[in-house]
Amino acid sequence: MALTLAEKILSQRTGREVRAGDTIIAPVDVALGQDGTSPLAVKQLESIGLEKVANPENTVFFIDHAAPSPRKELSNDHKMLREFAEKTGSVLSDVGAGVCHQLIAEDFGAPGQVIIGADSHTCMAGALGAFATGMGSTDVAIGMALGKTWLRVPETIRINITGKLPAGVFAKDIVLHVIGILGADGATYKALEFTGETVAEMPMDDRLTLSNMAVEAGAKAGLIESDSVTKSYLEQNGRGQAFKPLKADEGADYERIIDIDVSNLEPTLAAPHTVDNVRTVGDLQGTAVDQVFIGSCTNGRLSDIAIAASILKGKQVAASVRCRVVPSSRKIFLEAIQAGYIEQLVEAGAVILAPGCGPCVGVHEGILGDGEVSLNTSNRNFQGRLGNPLGCIYLGSPAVAAAAALTGVITDPREVLTNAHGR
Amino acid sequence: MNVFQGKTWVFGDDIDTDAIIPARYLTTQDPKILAAHCMEDAEPDFPKKVQPGDIIVGGKNFGCGSSREHAPIAISGAGVSLVIAESFARIFFRNAINIGLPIVECPQAVSGCENGHTLQVDLAAGVVKNLTLNESYEAVAFPDFMQEIIQAGGLIGFVKRQTGGEK
Repeated sequence: MALTLAEKILSQRTGREVRAGDTIIAPVDVALGQDGTSPLAVKQLESIGLEKVANPENTVFFIDHAAPSPRKELSNDHKMLREFAEKTGSVLSDVGAGVCHQLIAEDFGAPGQVIIGADSHTCMAGALGAFATGMGSTDVAIGMALGKTWLRVPETIRINITGKLPAGVFAKDIVLHVIGILGADGATYKALEFTGETVAEMPMDDRLTLSNMAVEAGAKAGLIESDSVTKSYLEQNGRGQAFKPLKADEGADYERIIDIDVSNLEPTLAAPHTVDNVRTVGDLQGTAVDQVFIGSCTNGRLSDIAIAASILKGKQVAASVRCRVVPSSRKIFLEAIQAGYIEQLVEAGAVILAPGCGPCVGVHEGILGDGEVSLNTSNRNFQGRLGNPLGCIYLGSPAVAAAAALTGVITDPREVLTNAHGR
Repeated sequence: MNVFQGKTWVFGDDIDTDAIIPARYLTTQDPKILAAHCMEDAEPDFPKKVQPGDIIVGGKNFGCGSSREHAPIAISGAGVSLVIAESFARIFFRNAINIGLPIVECPQAVSGCENGHTLQVDLAAGVVKNLTLNESYEAVAFPDFMQEIIQAGGLIGFVKRQTGGEK
């Protein structure tokens, strides 16, 4: 029988053919938690006396959401995680190493794996052809302890993307457009499979952006087939041996197929307070912005920082704007330093923060004041997300964000892009 | 045990976990402390006025967003007996069952329901009654294993019972 990518991965990992709708017990290849969710997972394990993990070298605790810690309670949580990792032999990724999902992509994820994480954006590793999904602390705790979890094999919605992206339009614009079509619950319980010629030609940085935001349509996974791009990404990260090709079968059964031609796509944003409140840049042009945040697991990679630097190089961030740039990992930070982007951004007036989640969840590094507006390259614009329910958040690509940092208002990035990224 | 009755607090579509419990309060796992801020960004009066046994009524996609299990813990800590919604986000659904918070999908019960109505819910039978409107609706009954998890106070209590660890 012809299988979707989700069915194929889960069939391979359970050793029998499984189909959408089957409830299965799957082995867990990588399990992760972050500093917001792991303390509860650790307490749950302690409460049942299961203070060990099945697969320590692939059980990872990340200190990234509030890092460095802004409060003593969180410092104590961090301490608890360091101690638990030490006791169980699991991996601890400490302050400044980067965002959990980026580090899973660089150091742990591989095609064909089952990955569970106590963070909803765990779905990002789907870009490597892994079945990766977010769960709560208790589910992940049990998965860490037993090395297995239960799953319902999801139906799949295929997103077939064709056409050449116009100048100034990026993967972020595509995924916001897709969420606008699906709605915030349009893929609940389902897998998304991103496919088509545009995805085939996309570098891994951009594929990760697509998979990252699958959960914003409610999806359980955001999968992309494993191909030569996947192979070279793994090789660049010293893990070429983890590669295996994977793709969906011809004639697999999809719940729905959505065809998108991106040839005429406009720069796209999500307006407050839901991610599916999608508009084109023309609708929002001129909206004043107080803060810009370029970073997060969605868009803090080298190519994202390069675009921002190309727009801000030799210029100044508008006096009315606080611009924060947060590389997604230490490796990316170093590469951005070596390429000269960090110097260009600092000279332009941007504030560079330690690799990690930055202000994304609203616990530190950029809480909004009452009535203030932030333009983020991250994945959520819920009310209160930047720590103040009286603030407003727009989401857009790094080009849209850097253009707003330059002008102080939402601006079409095509007006300020230099030829290098204007294609 | 499986029949709940309480007054309703009605919320709209896409109530996300940042609205249920903002990340700025994720400095504890204590249900009572989390409950003091439950839903405050969506309805500032909620944590002050919610009564034990009250029922939250949501629209579509209740509990979307972050995977934080603190969201159902905060709701449960506030004394809310159960949540009824048109639909739930996937991670919230699992988290609610895992911590022993009953949740019911029943679009018919949501439409027409207003703040302060009295609902009666029989989980095993899958029946929701709006006593204020004198109407009755069918919901999907909980499978036995989910009822057992909820009766054990969540997955951890359930595992303890299974392994004989419960004293």
